[in-house]
Amino acid sequence: MSAAFVREQTLAPRPAPFAATGVKAWVGQRLFATPRDIAMTMIGFAAFVLLAMPLIRFLFLDAVWQGENRDACAHVLTGACWPFVAAKFNQFIYGFYPADQLWRPNIVFALGAILLVPLAVPSAPWKRLNAFLFLVVYPVASFVLLTGGNLDAEHFILGYFIRIEDHVDLVWHGMRAAFWLDYAFSSLVLSLAVALIGWLFGTPLSTSLKVMVGLFALLALVIAPADADFGLSWVETREWGGLLVTLVVAVTGIVAALPIGILLALGRRSEMPLVRWASVAFIEFWRGVPLITVLFFATYMLPLFLPGGANIERLVRALIGVALFSGAYMAEVVRGGLAAVPKGQYESAAALGLGYWQTMLLIVLPQALTNVIPGIVNNFIGLFKDTTLVQIVAILDLLGQIRSAFSDPNWASPTTLYTGFAFAGAIYFAFCFAMSRYSLFLERRAGASQLRMEANRT
Amino acid sequence: MSDLASVQGAAAVEMSGVNKWFGSFHVLREIDLTVKRGERIVICGPSGSGKSTLIRCINRLEEHQQGRIVVDGVELTSDLRSIDAIRADVGMVFQQFNLFPHLTILENCTLAQIWVRRRPKAEAEEIAMKYLTRVRIPEQANKYPAQLSGGQQQRVAIARALCMNPKIMLFDEPTSALDPEMIKEVLDTIRGLAEDGMTMLIVTHEMSFARQVADRIIFMDEGQIIEINRPEEFFAHPKHERTKRFLSQILD
Repeated sequence: MSAAFVREQTLAPRPAPFAATGVKAWVGQRLFATPRDIAMTMIGFAAFVLLAMPLIRFLFLDAVWQGENRDACAHVLTGACWPFVAAKFNQFIYGFYPADQLWRPNIVFALGAILLVPLAVPSAPWKRLNAFLFLVVYPVASFVLLTGGNLDAEHFILGYFIRIEDHVDLVWHGMRAAFWLDYAFSSLVLSLAVALIGWLFGTPLSTSLKVMVGLFALLALVIAPADADFGLSWVETREWGGLLVTLVVAVTGIVAALPIGILLALGRRSEMPLVRWASVAFIEFWRGVPLITVLFFATYMLPLFLPGGANIERLVRALIGVALFSGAYMAEVVRGGLAAVPKGQYESAAALGLGYWQTMLLIVLPQALTNVIPGIVNNFIGLFKDTTLVQIVAILDLLGQIRSAFSDPNWASPTTLYTGFAFAGAIYFAFCFAMSRYSLFLERRAGASQLRMEANRT
Repeated sequence: MSDLASVQGAAAVEMSGVNKWFGSFHVLREIDLTVKRGERIVICGPSGSGKSTLIRCINRLEEHQQGRIVVDGVELTSDLRSIDAIRADVGMVFQQFNLFPHLTILENCTLAQIWVRRRPKAEAEEIAMKYLTRVRIPEQANKYPAQLSGGQQQRVAIARALCMNPKIMLFDEPTSALDPEMIKEVLDTIRGLAEDGMTMLIVTHEMSFARQVADRIIFMDEGQIIEINRPEEFFAHPKHERTKRFLSQILD
């Protein structure tokens, strides 16, 4: 035998071993393969029955399903009192929103679902229009529907110095001409001022003017519907409550957190010292303070610091607090994603002549954000549950309404408390679990190009 | 030197008295170099000799601290607009390809055309397909970079740079990250460009390739240009002692 070897035939590929499939094979291999497996399976099954059975009995088997008041539940010690939830259902969902106006939050709920579902399905068409409707039109529409709109805006900026309304007292569909004259004039002056400052630093006048006037025109389109009178009655936010408030706070926080977080994360990596320090200070401040403190401060102490008369609505204050708080947390998640984008990506973008924002928006952020989908959704889920802290400032969200309903003597029964918390738990779980599954779906989709690669190689 | 270059005359790149430090490390020392239009320059030297840094200064991926660099008549200063103008006219190909992994091959090639050159999408795609055909991979246009081999990715990177109609091309060790089997396809592509008269600066260790395409070869060591010579002279009669030692180490 010589040491040389030359293959003369190509070996045919063979199937991989252990290809047994099917339920029976799976059960056999995974659950009952060895005596130890059998013992583990039995113990696991027993533990499941021990834990799950009381829950199933409480929720379904021993539960009371019908009744008008506490009499139906008073004698039951181990079953849920579902008539309590049924009787208080509107309070849990809407708080004390006027009963004859419930169609308004209902439209907001329905509109949200109608716009969110196609936005979440990647294959649905018209993504840009959809995103615009959800992120711009929907918040304005929700604001008008829920509060009633018709803000009766009086002053913008100039109005605080000159009493325009003494000369112009025209009102058209709830919109005061005095305010809009003020708005037009003030925004023009502001635009000119910004353009002049920009011009000193070398930005062409016409460019800055176009941008500024465009921004103010967009802002006007947002203010106008909120200012106009659509004939809806005004519903104060203290009357809102329940799931409605939970969703308003959570969705605002979630939608605001991502852009705030991205800007802060980019700021923290900026080469301009002032921007970097400001971002670091902001992030560290908000991360260093508990959300309860933030809400407390915003509600009870902020009015003491604001100049007289400038009073921001209570729920709005809480919303701003939650948005900034979650934005700071989001910034650190996004920063992690940014750090994972290789330096070569920045370099090749620069070599092609792309500017800073083009590089970030087109090259870096798409990769950075896909990398940290689990972290982002983790934050969203945490935020969704943290919204319940608004109770500390007497805003009654879902959990707050449920707890306040416990004190109703009409429904005092041994299991009212547990039933209420079970209901709250089920709702929170449904929302958070949905978010978690959706994030898994997104991750798989992001990794799909990697899988396609494997498929195409063979 | 090609006839084209001597006719046009004006310099594509002019560096005079260029110095750069990384911290206290003097990475480029008194670099004087003039590259004419249409000229092909190959830069070689041991690792850490500053050759990559030198070409990265030309499109300001690295900032020089002393001296003058004039690219296509525009001096590189910290004025952002002059940098963007130069970058759009100078194509660069990297050792690690640096394709954008979240975009298809076609999108990789059209992105900068659309956002920097402001070309309409249809036109940008037409140009992209033209250059993808030129680097012989038009059929991969709708795949993602991860689905391509290293050699194919590097050819896409070349096409991506060409789509911007650069006046100068920089190659930073374009074949160093490739499997040996794929080096030739990339070098052939670059050779094709050279034959079309593109002004090029190439950092490479492929000496036989350098001998074929270069008008001049630059040897660098310790941040300095040690020797500049025509390829036949460079290989047959290296002047400097350091060049001789380098050549004896890398050639057989």
